[in-house]
Amino acid sequence: MTTTHRTPITVADVEAALETLRVPAPETLAPATLVAVGLADEYTTLDSPIGPVYAAWNGRGVSAIASAGDAAAFESWFRREIGRQLRPAAKVPTRLARALARRIAGDRHARLEVDLRGRTEFEQAVLRKALEIPRGEVRPYSWIASEIGRPKAVRAVGSALAHNPVPLVMPCHRVVRADGMIGQYSLGGPQNKRAVLSSEGLDPEAMEELARAGIRYIGSDTTRIYCLPSCRNARRVTDRHKVLLPSIAAGRARGYRGCKVCRPDAAIAAA
Amino acid sequence: MDRLAAGLARDLDGSFEGLVLAHQDRLYTLALRFLGNPSDAEEAAQDAFVRAYRALASYGPDRIRDLQLKAWLATIVLNVCRNRVRRRQATVVPLDQPETAGTGTPADKLESTDLRSIPHDTALRREGVTMWARLIAELPERYRSPILLRHVDGLSYEEMAHALDRPEGTLKAQVHRGLALLRTAAERARVLEPEEMTA
Repeated sequence: MTTTHRTPITVADVEAALETLRVPAPETLAPATLVAVGLADEYTTLDSPIGPVYAAWNGRGVSAIASAGDAAAFESWFRREIGRQLRPAAKVPTRLARALARRIAGDRHARLEVDLRGRTEFEQAVLRKALEIPRGEVRPYSWIASEIGRPKAVRAVGSALAHNPVPLVMPCHRVVRADGMIGQYSLGGPQNKRAVLSSEGLDPEAMEELARAGIRYIGSDTTRIYCLPSCRNARRVTDRHKVLLPSIAAGRARGYRGCKVCRPDAAIAAA
Repeated sequence: MDRLAAGLARDLDGSFEGLVLAHQDRLYTLALRFLGNPSDAEEAAQDAFVRAYRALASYGPDRIRDLQLKAWLATIVLNVCRNRVRRRQATVVPLDQPETAGTGTPADKLESTDLRSIPHDTALRREGVTMWARLIAELPERYRSPILLRHVDGLSYEEMAHALDRPEGTLKAQVHRGLALLRTAAERARVLEPEEMTA
């Protein structure tokens, strides 16, 4: 250590030096903080069965999925509908990206938080129930209504699904009309609903054909159980043992009972 | 009563951005000078704001209105910093073992430079800041927090007593002792021109 002569350092010098240690926060701090607490959102584009979609999120979870013409259209839609600041993400958090991709590919078990602020308890219950429908299967609106304990609220269920802020992530496309027809879809209309269901392994044409023929349930003469047509148990029944049923009454008349997986009686209780 | 606190009590979501903008520089500075590196500091400052938001969301309006925001936020950011240090088990070099401070630090580089021959430029001042920042980061924690709050953040002893939950008398003694330790450490580093420090 050199010992050349220097003016001694005083405590006042130290105090003055400490004041020079103040620095402005990085420009990224405030925006990132607002996103973290859920007062602003970030977004990116993702591949989906219906082409690229925009996905927005904040610290509370995924807040919006939408198909929009371009980024500007999505941003203005978001600000109008959700009412928060929005900016393109510099980087999508790895875990979020992975979970989003899995959910959009139809994997309902991928853990992903969703931000459903602004949705009523009822609307949230409808969306959470829709998430219980397995990939490749569908349930009627009335089934959701009955399952969440509001059997008379079938129209409200339809409305809640139509206003689903996070389609694909919360699979409102897996909810169809009680008569077996495909029904409406908020993410670009019925043709998109068909495309998404097809990508999940369901055959929408075959389903609607069955519906037009008046078939609502599929029974098995070996298990003596009837199911909703898309139930995985219904699809396991071989043609030889398949019994096509127009109503639950027809099934009961044969002494059959409802499947415990797809719970077809829930739908009729509500209808 | 703080106008910002009144706003937060009335409308947390509508006023929170104002809180962030008003306090982000000081929380970031405290975190940076406590932890010593910018990316950790930014994370810690963000974490502190998130904790503040969650706490505010759980408080009633009266409790929010009565908060001393400056001291309260300082408490949160220092707690976050302490937890981070504990988690990563950083080996902070104590001032009383200067021989372990290592070579090749900015201070050492400065030492080999004849300051009188260098114009009073910003690069040099930056190096001075780097050295002081290192000396602070190396202070034992019981002196570091009071020194940061008093002389970097500019809190009063009353606010510091709130923030650190220590008696004012204790804090005065710790600041006094901390300044003395810093002065000695700087002397030992032997790198300072008086005009550098007061710049």
